[in-house]
Amino acid sequence: MARLVVLGGGVAGHTTATFAAKWLGSGHEVVVVTPNSKWNWIPSNIWVGVGEMKKEEVVFDLAPVYAKAGITYKQALAVSINPEGNADSDKPFVTIEYTGQGKAGESETIEYDYLVNATGPKLNFGATPGLGEGGQMGEHTVSVCTADHAEHAYHELQKVFEKAKNGEKQKILVGTGHGLCTCQGAAFEYIFNIEHEANKAGIRDNLDIKWISNESFLGDFGMGGLHMKVGGYVVSSRLFAESLFAERGVDWLIGAHTSKVEKGKVEYELLDGTKGEETFDFAMLIPPFAGVGLKAYAKDGSDITDKLFAPNGFMKVDADYTPKPFEEWKASDWPKNYQTPDYKNIFAAGISFAPPHPISKIMESPNGTPIYPTPPRTGMPAGIIGKAVAASVYDLITKGEDAHLHEISMAEMGAACVASAGKGVFDGTAAAMTVYPVVPDFEKYPGTGRDTDYTFGEIGLAGHWIKHILHYMFIYKAKLLPGWTLIPE
Amino acid sequence: MKKEELNFARNERFQLTMIPSAFVKKMRTCLVWQFFRFMVINIKMLIVVAKSH
Ligand SMILES: Cc1cc2nc3c(=O)[nH]c(=O)nc-3n(C[C@H](O)[C@H](O)[C@H](O)COP(=O)(O)OP(=O)(O)OC[C@H]3O[C@@H](n4cnc5c(N)ncnc54)[C@H](O)[C@@H]3O)c2cc1C
Repeated sequence: MARLVVLGGGVAGHTTATFAAKWLGSGHEVVVVTPNSKWNWIPSNIWVGVGEMKKEEVVFDLAPVYAKAGITYKQALAVSINPEGNADSDKPFVTIEYTGQGKAGESETIEYDYLVNATGPKLNFGATPGLGEGGQMGEHTVSVCTADHAEHAYHELQKVFEKAKNGEKQKILVGTGHGLCTCQGAAFEYIFNIEHEANKAGIRDNLDIKWISNESFLGDFGMGGLHMKVGGYVVSSRLFAESLFAERGVDWLIGAHTSKVEKGKVEYELLDGTKGEETFDFAMLIPPFAGVGLKAYAKDGSDITDKLFAPNGFMKVDADYTPKPFEEWKASDWPKNYQTPDYKNIFAAGISFAPPHPISKIMESPNGTPIYPTPPRTGMPAGIIGKAVAASVYDLITKGEDAHLHEISMAEMGAACVASAGKGVFDGTAAAMTVYPVVPDFEKYPGTGRDTDYTFGEIGLAGHWIKHILHYMFIYKAKLLPGWTLIPE
Repeated sequence: MKKEELNFARNERFQLTMIPSAFVKKMRTCLVWQFFRFMVINIKMLIVVAKSH
């Protein structure tokens, strides 16, 4: 009997664990180590953040789902990996620290045959003075990255809306809280949902809503932008993003590194080196992401964290990490099977794998401050990679160590993204987009890097309906309800 | 006054963008048209999903 241990029960880890458990059956064991008792459909946090959904609608209890799937569930944080075992045993193991199940604070070791790291991002608020401490959000701004954060954001937003209703002018700032953030899409959705709600509440004229972001142009989204075919033209996402901002009266500040946050004020530096300040009554700033800080130890107890992890804390996999300039970046630099080079029984899925380099151009201000989006790994790629890794582990266990690994590169994979611009069955809108491939391949498509037959975007109510249906569909799938395997990632 | 005039006037940067006309905006929430677009977008997304698995 083999044991697969999955660290992290988010989009990627949940997909890996549930498929592996289904395929492997009761003859093998699947263990999930994840710190929260509830699963969260993160994209809908946006709607929690504007009060259009309750927190309870975007989360559900993991324990009954894992019990039904025959998965051993440990509500705990993974702390370290010993891929060679220790002085007493050759068997590799992970050390975990419980956060629930009546054992909070207790440590335990779990031996594994295969390990999948799907721990996602550490929300690195501490990278910007005033934005927070370590992974903890500070008191001056809000976030929508977790369901709890989103609920808190809504309470703060209500206060600003109340003041606006009483005729007070209020300033809202939404965007990225550091020069190296990713996940601009989430901030984009939040700003337009606020704008939509403000219109509904009849207080739009009392709100000054502004965007601040590390993108060098609007519509970069950490993917270097995208070109799509619309109305007979192939156009840049910049045109579409600028158009939406102008249509909805939202001004923007781009190429900005948020360098400091204080009560009611951010300081920033722009790509041209100039520095400035922006005041606010309410600010939602996405923190930069880092790896969650897992440690790794060799058999003799020495620290080998840098052998398994890149300096940003993400796990090294089968990517080409040779540093090279933008002009030499290739689609083939991106990983295919997500196996760590030094330990063939360890994989990383979702945000936790270290990308070879960004997708957007690396830029810095004349003062040497790096200001560019780091690469996104959105829900669809995280799920697809999670499933491919589960399939590889299944083959390794059932066919032997020489089994061929399943390959799926983000440079050969598309993504469907639906960015909400306001919720409402009849008046909601969303930008429905597909990109193919996620990572541009300039060898295949020398102009835009992507196949314009499969890269498109449009704004409308239909997009909102799709986003709303996806909410129910993915929660249904994650609960493993009948037919869940038929719903694609 | 047309809504576009107000938006273009708001900000110098907005002048360099394209702002949808009242007709385009109406179509964005026109139920019949959006139902048709819903079908089209779903088919396009399914093709991309199929190419990615
Ligand atoms: C507000 C918001 C909106 C978004 N909207 C969209 C969208 O519309 N479409 C889209 O495609 N993507 C969207 N995304 C991105 C999407 O949520 C991520 O791509 C996806 O969640 C990544 O999956 P993951 O499994 O890698 O990480 P996560 O889903 O974050 O999962 C990581 C898991 O690991 C756990 N963990 C952390 N540390 C440890 C540890 N030490 N040990 C064990 N477990 C640990 C975490 O608790 C979590 O459960 C959005 C993101 C945000 C923040």
